[in-house]
Amino acid sequence: MMAHTIDKVRIMDFLSEIKDPEVPVLSIVDLGIVRDVKMNEEEIEIVITPTYTGCPAMDMISTQIRILLSTLGFKEIKITQVLSPAWTTEWMSEEGKRKLKEYGIAPPNPRQQVCDNKLFAAAEGVQCPHCDSWHTHRVSEFGSTACKALYQCDDCKEPFDYFKCH
Amino acid sequence: MLRAARNDDHRKINELTNSPKIEYLLHLADNALILSQRNSEWCGHGPVLEQDIAITNISLDLVGQARNLYQYAATLIGNNATEDGLAYLRKEREFKNCLLVEQPNGDWAQTILRQFLFSTYQYQLYQQLLNSSDETIRAIAEKSLKEVTYHVRWSSEWVIRLGDGTEESHSRMLHAIEELWPYTGELFEKAEYEEAELDKSQWLQKIEQVFSEATLSVPQNVFIQKGGKQGIHTEHLGFILTELQYMQRAYPGAEW
Repeated sequence: MMAHTIDKVRIMDFLSEIKDPEVPVLSIVDLGIVRDVKMNEEEIEIVITPTYTGCPAMDMISTQIRILLSTLGFKEIKITQVLSPAWTTEWMSEEGKRKLKEYGIAPPNPRQQVCDNKLFAAAEGVQCPHCDSWHTHRVSEFGSTACKALYQCDDCKEPFDYFKCH
Repeated sequence: MLRAARNDDHRKINELTNSPKIEYLLHLADNALILSQRNSEWCGHGPVLEQDIAITNISLDLVGQARNLYQYAATLIGNNATEDGLAYLRKEREFKNCLLVEQPNGDWAQTILRQFLFSTYQYQLYQQLLNSSDETIRAIAEKSLKEVTYHVRWSSEWVIRLGDGTEESHSRMLHAIEELWPYTGELFEKAEYEEAELDKSQWLQKIEQVFSEATLSVPQNVFIQKGGKQGIHTEHLGFILTELQYMQRAYPGAEW
């Protein structure tokens, strides 16, 4: 009967153990994918939202949540996916941004700079996660996963991923 | 036995898709799925690695949008309909995508132009659907717009780069326009089930803006090819579906 003695905050702590399969330093809580936890006597419901519509990690994340909650003793588990409000990089926790940088991925800038339709706009100024230089350039705005762009540092010459604004 | 049961299910699902809203959702989903499938043919064949990654990223976004739309349609259809069933078990005449998205990739210029013409249309469409009376459609539009913004920007920049590039790239763009323009008219021929009424002049203005920067011009008096929205397709769709649906046709009910 462990399940009934756990509150929402504890659940969020537990959910923090689930990592994004594509960016394994970030938990689904850091990323802002978990939108809500609802509990009553019979059922627990976790509300999640995808980063991108085509994010192939969502099914795996749902499965991981289900497994985790069953090991905690929950019987009736409901996972609901919502699309609105649409996920934004602004929901990423500061802790998450710090972990991303340590991992070698430049975290999203706090303010969206070029999320509009302007053509040939100057690429967003992004700090190199390796040497902290701002002297970097964008190689491509589409990267190894839907949520990232490719950059290169002009000082240390290292290529790196940037978690692009969204 | 299983196959017969599935065919029965399939027939029933077809009868149930006879509502304007479901037809509209399938139309939107089919557009995204078929263009996604086309773009994914570039996987491993892009002109350079970064652009190979870009076009397949766009494919992924589109397949994501298609999934959301099919899932919602499946919920409304009920009767055990699934997103997979809608994508893998409907026949050519049941697909309601526009003819534009099923046109062959051709060269890079043709692929780019198809994406540019469609993304510009899709951007306008989803903006309009932000005001849809249906909450789920609104949410899908809101989510998808963020992605389409990237697609519009990327494809516009390429149209300009190629149109205003070398003699060779310019001539390829001219060829691409000749090939694809006849399929653009259909986008604005409203089908009965369509919810949003789109202003073609708004779309045309965007196209002209980019074309003029690309030293290209919009063709005049071109015959309009249409029929896709009603399930009458060009010869290409059958081949696309043969590949897309191969697994489910060869091994009905296969899962992985």
